[in-house]
Amino acid sequence: MQVPAPFDYVRATSVADALQLLDRHGPEARVVAGGHSLLPMMKLRLARPEWLVDINDLAELRSITRDGDRLRVGALTRHAELLASELVGELFPIVHDAERVIADPVVRNRGTIGGSLGQADPAEDLTTVCDVLRAQVVIAGRDGERVIGIEELHRGPYETACEQTELITELRLPIRPRSGSAYEKVERRVGDWAVAAAGAQVVLGEDGTIADASIGLTALGLEGCAVEAGAALLGVHPSEEAFAEAGRLAAAASSPVEDQRGPVDYKRHLADELTRRVLRSAAGRAGADVLATAVSGG
Amino acid sequence: MQVTMTVNGTEVTRDVEPRLLLVHFLRETLGLTGTHWGCDTSNCGTCVVLVDGQPVKSCTTLAVMTDGHEVRTVEGLADGATLDPVQQGFMAEHGLQCGFCTPGMLLTARALLDRDPDPDEATIREAISGQICRCTGYATIVRSVRWAAEHPVGAPEQPAEEVPA
Ligand SMILES: Cc1cc2nc3c(=O)[nH]c(=O)nc-3n(C[C@H](O)[C@H](O)[C@H](O)COP(=O)(O)OP(=O)(O)OC[C@H]3O[C@@H](n4cnc5c(N)ncnc54)[C@H](O)[C@@H]3O)c2cc1C
Ligand code: FES
Ligand code: FES
Repeated sequence: MQVPAPFDYVRATSVADALQLLDRHGPEARVVAGGHSLLPMMKLRLARPEWLVDINDLAELRSITRDGDRLRVGALTRHAELLASELVGELFPIVHDAERVIADPVVRNRGTIGGSLGQADPAEDLTTVCDVLRAQVVIAGRDGERVIGIEELHRGPYETACEQTELITELRLPIRPRSGSAYEKVERRVGDWAVAAAGAQVVLGEDGTIADASIGLTALGLEGCAVEAGAALLGVHPSEEAFAEAGRLAAAASSPVEDQRGPVDYKRHLADELTRRVLRSAAGRAGADVLATAVSGG
Repeated sequence: MQVTMTVNGTEVTRDVEPRLLLVHFLRETLGLTGTHWGCDTSNCGTCVVLVDGQPVKSCTTLAVMTDGHEVRTVEGLADGATLDPVQQGFMAEHGLQCGFCTPGMLLTARALLDRDPDPDEATIREAISGQICRCTGYATIVRSVRWAAEHPVGAPEQPAEEVPA
């Protein structure tokens, strides 16, 4: 039987209260949201907080609202709520692509977007999604709020720039005209973590060429976006040839490790192939007619 | 610490350790052993109960986190001697063999039908995809849920449909 080691538990009643509690209970206090990453770690003694500050009552962190040219998503928004939101699916199909394959529907009833980013597991799907969408992260602390780019949140596996006395309160996703996005994951079985996954966003210019492209990889040893692969697409017309080149560059930027989910060469092959596929659907969703030139491989 | 929650319509208050998992609270503190406990790692889904009407893996939820909430377990499905249509469906369509996965399956099915009274096969399969059955191969579970969808008030009110063709 797995049970966590003893700890004390307190429920926060507001963001300010949560911050105070984290401050008061010191370095051994941890926030719990859905608990679907933290509790398993506590059962295995990989985490041993002395205090849990439960933020599940903070309804103010549980909303999805369009605000001009960005979508604001509260940190406590559950996976299931993201998947159920038509607005999210319309603006950012990549989120729905990813949510359909994150864990299973029961886990998705509890897990939150804030917890996903806070956990910073290298196989976490929403981290890649937020990278690709160039999300901004709102972090509340004693001295007020700060807004950082998602790339600044990353500090390596299981580590983020959100300090122990701070709280991620919101994700802000920029809404871009003529854009499309997509995510694809290879998993061993339904509900499992990724063997590998890729996500992409393509933004088209007035003339139909690619004005911006971002590509992210999950569980493939790449933190942040595959910058070179994205840059190679700028100014070109969406085509199979261009996507093949981006796939090659993304695979080169990856550094997968062998584990029970597969060997390195297989995972690198997935980086290439999945990058091409998500670029194809992202460009299609942006409204592009992808030029289908004959390409070898893939 | 003290927790108060509604379990199957009855308010209960108990003094528990914060580290007590909901599954053990239900089984050991309250003696409601209908909720099963299997993998302990949020994978198998036999421990699924409804919290505020939504399926949740009770091995990955603290009892203290459900303080003030409404919990429904398999014991709370039947209305007196009348079984819930999903229970009747599992009987009619042989939705179980050993029965280990059944409590979780029944509750997920109930929550699905409350939200979507007429789900197709793909929807049912998706809804139960976080739960493992080692016996049935899922086909009879899907048929059982469909049976419940087709008999929203259960069998007694629609005896004619019970006669095999
Ligand atoms: C069986 C299973 C399969 C899964 N499969 C996948 C999968 O395929 N893909 C995937 O991406 N995920 C998967 N997950 C993880 C799931 O998505 C988690 O729910 C999610 O990663 C964490 O969300 P949570 O709200 O449960 O976080 P919690 O467990 O509550 O917290 C995780 C960490 O984040 C911190 N934290 C939480 N909220 C905040 C906040 N607002 N500000 C700052 N820090 C915070 C906590 O202190 C903790 O360190 C799986 C989980 C399970 C149990
Ligand atoms: S015991 Fe909870 S999911 Fe298996
Ligand atoms: S009936 Fe035996 S595990 Fe499902």
